[in-house]
Amino acid sequence: MLEITLLHYLTLSALIFTIAVFGIFLNRKNVIIILMSIELMLLSVEVNFVAFSAYLNDIAGQVFTMFILTVAAAESAIGLAILVIFFRSKGTIIVEDVSTLKG
Amino acid sequence: MDSIYTFSALQPIWPELFMAFMVLGLLLIGVFKGHQSTRLLTFLAIGGLLFVAFLLLQTPTSKEPLLHGKIVIDLFAVNMKLIFITALIASYLLSIKYLYDTGFVKFEYPVLIMMAGIGMFFMVSSHHMLATYMALELQAFSLYILAAFNRDSLKSAEAGIKYFILGAVSSGFILFGVSLLYGFTGHLNYSEMADVVSGLTGPERTGAVFGMMFVLSGVAFKIAAVPFHMWIPDVYEGAPIPVTAFFALVSKLAAIALLFRLLLGPFETLVADWQIAIAFLSVMSMTWAAFAGLVQNNLKRLMAYSSIGNIGYALLGIVTLTSQGFSATLFYLILYMVMTAGVFGVLLCMQRDGVVLRHLEDLAGMSKNHPVLAYAMAILMFSMSALPPFSGFFGKLVIFQEVIAQELYMLAVIGVVSSVIATYYYLRVVKVMFFDEPDMPYTGGFGPFRSFVITASVLFAVFYILFPDSLMPFTQRTVNDLLPHGVEPIELIKSSIEAEQGSLPSFQELMKNAFPVER
Repeated sequence: MLEITLLHYLTLSALIFTIAVFGIFLNRKNVIIILMSIELMLLSVEVNFVAFSAYLNDIAGQVFTMFILTVAAAESAIGLAILVIFFRSKGTIIVEDVSTLKG
Repeated sequence: MDSIYTFSALQPIWPELFMAFMVLGLLLIGVFKGHQSTRLLTFLAIGGLLFVAFLLLQTPTSKEPLLHGKIVIDLFAVNMKLIFITALIASYLLSIKYLYDTGFVKFEYPVLIMMAGIGMFFMVSSHHMLATYMALELQAFSLYILAAFNRDSLKSAEAGIKYFILGAVSSGFILFGVSLLYGFTGHLNYSEMADVVSGLTGPERTGAVFGMMFVLSGVAFKIAAVPFHMWIPDVYEGAPIPVTAFFALVSKLAAIALLFRLLLGPFETLVADWQIAIAFLSVMSMTWAAFAGLVQNNLKRLMAYSSIGNIGYALLGIVTLTSQGFSATLFYLILYMVMTAGVFGVLLCMQRDGVVLRHLEDLAGMSKNHPVLAYAMAILMFSMSALPPFSGFFGKLVIFQEVIAQELYMLAVIGVVSSVIATYYYLRVVKVMFFDEPDMPYTGGFGPFRSFVITASVLFAVFYILFPDSLMPFTQRTVNDLLPHGVEPIELIKSSIEAEQGSLPSFQELMKNAFPVER
């Protein structure tokens, strides 16, 4: 039976983080997917914090995770609100259409 | 046991608490009196900020962390906060008339600026990664909303989206770095983290450096240093002008203050690693901004590239690793902040029939229609391109003096060359104002507060030469207070090089040998 060590958690979180970064920069479809990728990014950090917290036997990492969860909720609220404003003037939320500003 | 729950024990953070209560109060007044109360709220906010400055001057400073090690109120924090208050007041004064002229007056505007101010205040005095993160997000969230503040404008909404996404990514980078640092040191408190980091060796040290690089790239996003600059031209162009002015005045300075605290706090012993990273950011910013700025016709985009370039010069001061260099960085940014306030004041005056003009051609013939404004703008542009009698010259002078004193010749050469190239786009503005065919005059008047800001900024630029020693002692004192145990960072790098002899030549050596100088 394989034992799950700190290394496994760290690999998992690094993978999720990478997927999130690629999701933001390679995505050409929908801005909502970018918002989801941002949440994924924060989740990978939370995995990291909880794993380290258990490994170090220190509660601070888990407390930090609680704070990140709260901030992430506020962050998506603001993100969606800005997206709604954009949708009202443009009528679309396709990433390629977010391109009025150039130069 | 020390209880943090008594009112008098909270005295060091009274200024922040007062601001927080003021935000709630302003919000309530706004809700009851409607959007037309914006002018009243702005003046209340300015009055409140003056009172906060008074409270700050009363605050006892100490290097000892407070509130269970989360916050530190030292001289650096207090001085930086005084600078922020000046900049916040300037951005309030710049914005009032614009809000009423363009008809998107909303009472949330002064409240959001105040909220961003609280975030910046906590950012410079945080002594714990959790406090840093919360403060950073409080500031960033207010700025996202402000960027999208003109809800009927597509450009403003798009600026909001772009700023939000890239800002969130940068926070994600900072957080990932913090989680790694937490894992490899076991602490989140700056001083405890610094103690552990100095003893790390082998793979654990590599892990901590990895975390530090993530944090630094996140902070580089916030200060918009190349290659993390792609958001700034779009956000500057899309956001309403007073908001752009606010970004340019304060948010960069707050991020640089945080960078100071991190580099001289938890990362003090990793100095050899961050020096190269900062030098890279600095060189890239200076050269990229100098060339990319040449083709800009939109004045707000031009200011964006100008701010990228200026961050590059400011970072040069950090690369020198001396307290004089750090002080030169702060000095440079303060001078730049004052000039920017004036330039945005002029940009705000450029309106015709309620439409804000923002293109280079709109400046044509300004010297005929509005000679005073044109001369003010010309002085500010000369000052920005660092022509000698004006204040901008002294900023670059102290930076390059320190870079050459540390024998980083290569960096000095790159800096001076890109500064000369960047002069082209500042002088082009002057050329358009004085030699192009005039268009219709601007309408709407300049307003007393805007004129006040422009006048103050121009007077500062012109008469700084009479008091060349007035600001440096202030920045030097501010930075000296931050030095860990009073040791210059360059001493740390020297001892680490002596410890591992025969390894790769240091960055210092590389830069020095690039241009061999006969002595």
